Amino acid sequence: MNAPAPQAAADDVVLDVRDLKTCFPTPGGRVMAVDGVSIRLRRGRILGLVGESGSGKSVLGLSIMRLLAEPGFIAGGEIRYGDMNLAAVPDEAMRSLRGKRLAMIFQDPMMTLNPVLRIETQMVEAILAHEDVSREEARRRSRDALGQVGIPSPEERLRAYPHQFSGGMRQRVSMAIALLHRPDVIIADEPTTALDVTIQSQILSEVQSLVERFHTALIWITHDLSVVSRLADDIAVMYAGRIVELGAVDNVVNRPSHPYTAGLINSLPSRNRRGSRLQQIPGMTPNLLNLPQGCAFRTRCGRADDACIREPALLEGPTSFRRCFHPLEGSLEGPLEGPLEGVDA
Amino acid sequence: MTPTAPTIQPAPPSGASAGEPAPMLRLEGIRKHFQRKPDILRRALIRAGMARPPQVVHAVDSVDLSIRKGEVVGLVGESGCGKSTLGRIVAGILPQSGGRIAFNGRDMAKMTRREYQAAQLDIQMVFQNPFASLNPRIKIADAIAEAPAYHGLIEGDRNAFVDEQLLRVGIDPSYKNRFAHQFSGGQRQRIAIARALSVDPAFIVCDEAVAALDVSIQAQVLNLFMDLKERLDLTYLFISHDLGVIEHISDRAAIMYLGRIVEEAPTEDVFRAPNHPYTQALLEEVPRIDTSRRKFHAIRGELPSPLAPPPGCHFHPRCPHAFDRCRAEAPRLREIAPGRRSACHLNDRG
Repeated sequence: MNAPAPQAAADDVVLDVRDLKTCFPTPGGRVMAVDGVSIRLRRGRILGLVGESGSGKSVLGLSIMRLLAEPGFIAGGEIRYGDMNLAAVPDEAMRSLRGKRLAMIFQDPMMTLNPVLRIETQMVEAILAHEDVSREEARRRSRDALGQVGIPSPEERLRAYPHQFSGGMRQRVSMAIALLHRPDVIIADEPTTALDVTIQSQILSEVQSLVERFHTALIWITHDLSVVSRLADDIAVMYAGRIVELGAVDNVVNRPSHPYTAGLINSLPSRNRRGSRLQQIPGMTPNLLNLPQGCAFRTRCGRADDACIREPALLEGPTSFRRCFHPLEGSLEGPLEGPLEGVDA
Repeated sequence: MTPTAPTIQPAPPSGASAGEPAPMLRLEGIRKHFQRKPDILRRALIRAGMARPPQVVHAVDSVDLSIRKGEVVGLVGESGCGKSTLGRIVAGILPQSGGRIAFNGRDMAKMTRREYQAAQLDIQMVFQNPFASLNPRIKIADAIAEAPAYHGLIEGDRNAFVDEQLLRVGIDPSYKNRFAHQFSGGQRQRIAIARALSVDPAFIVCDEAVAALDVSIQAQVLNLFMDLKERLDLTYLFISHDLGVIEHISDRAAIMYLGRIVEEAPTEDVFRAPNHPYTQALLEEVPRIDTSRRKFHAIRGELPSPLAPPPGCHFHPRCPHAFDRCRAEAPRLREIAPGRRSACHLNDRG
């Protein structure tokens, strides 16, 4: 639990991403949306992948699924799955894995669902695409899958069209589809961002128990640290295409080492005294075409100095792996009073 | 509970005890209904009894709320609860279907045109999405100067005026001849704020004004809102689904569920000891950055459709404490302690 992910026992590892680079050639130059990312996913564990817009978190998910939109391409690195390198397998082989061994849940469930087909048609199709079973068998499994994700009266709901579901229910349907083949890996890209808090909470509790039950490895991509702080086992924080901090959730959230992680946490209203000025990260999220030399966070960082003009490596610290020459050690800096502790303990 | 004929009472409603100044903004029994307008054929069919009349959405259902000068009132609720509709009614973008709004003690329906226009200028709005709220075809200097120029509020040089407005929100005035798309999301929201402030308003409706921003930018813009409030003596109606934001910025919080305010109280009280079961559930669900509690305890059920809200208390199908009365009778929003109002029958049980 406390050991950072990369040290895990090798037998548990289902997906091993090594030094992955994803590149988008643009008129303004080549953008490295993912720039040397290494992560390991283990069975039954949830990795929270946190970052702001443009940090490369979604592109990383799409790269692993090999769903990159043109002109993006994987420019380097490996995605080890079993004895395969997903970064290099032919499209045909990838297609047989996608949806079966690796599945994805998108922010907008309408991206997964076809609006003109009944849920039943879509789910049965997803099963028959990968397995040689009868239609009845496929239908039965679809119905069970809907039940598993907490959809009431699945038998009737199978006959419904996507627009007849609410947003939360639609997201449950896409979860059910992702789970149809009991994949080893699920990549969920901001699946609850568009949902209301009470509905989000329902989905999160569902996800938690499903991962436990099926021993799936899950990447939960989000911009919201609060969501993953209770959901994930490990957290990876991305900034400008790189992982800047990676470690067990307790350590990253309670004892962040990278100034960016600390800044993100400290700027949350709930981490500040009510009505006081929020601690803010100065500046803007950087343009990937025009990154500062060395550490990309340097220009917004209060701890930066001349050393940061060189590129820091992701090194192991006492609590997590971090990419910083001047990491914070110990606890969060700054005031931490306020409603955080105590309120709903 | 059907809204009775509105009677203007001299006594201030909610929260304000005797001796306090009249609220800056007072909403009484505000209602907003939406319904699809039937076409000519359908109208004929309805008249002939061969088609059902169009369904009516009660987006806002008898809302009373008053906001004192200098106050920040947070309006919280999930999607579809009517919080944005209420904000738009306050900002004068949508007409209400019923109820009255008093601004600075004067009924807005009884104002002369001049007074009404002045009141409208005094109430401005900042929208959620700065990508949609700024016209992509005009320079930001024009976006900011258009309204004040029209209303004759620019004294002296227009350029200097725009510079001052931009500086106030932390945008370099040398960028004033750029277009909206040349700015980041956070900068755009600053520009939208500058535009709202350019007519020197006293009251700002902020509708999810930080929801579209990145986490690290959100804090900057929230700080800006708080600074501006101090510097310009502003009053805010701050609409958000984010309880963390509401808790941080607002003095009082009103929680809406399906068109009605279910609880309204000083923010500290709401967060320390929520009274209404919906508020309690909502606070329970908020993801806090907290690694100690590992399990999520979801409240049951979906948000009901506003087309067919449950009878009685709208929350009763999801409420763990619901009893017979909740299914039959809508609870009134009434004072349960000084300055605290809640709409729940449980409070009558003692």
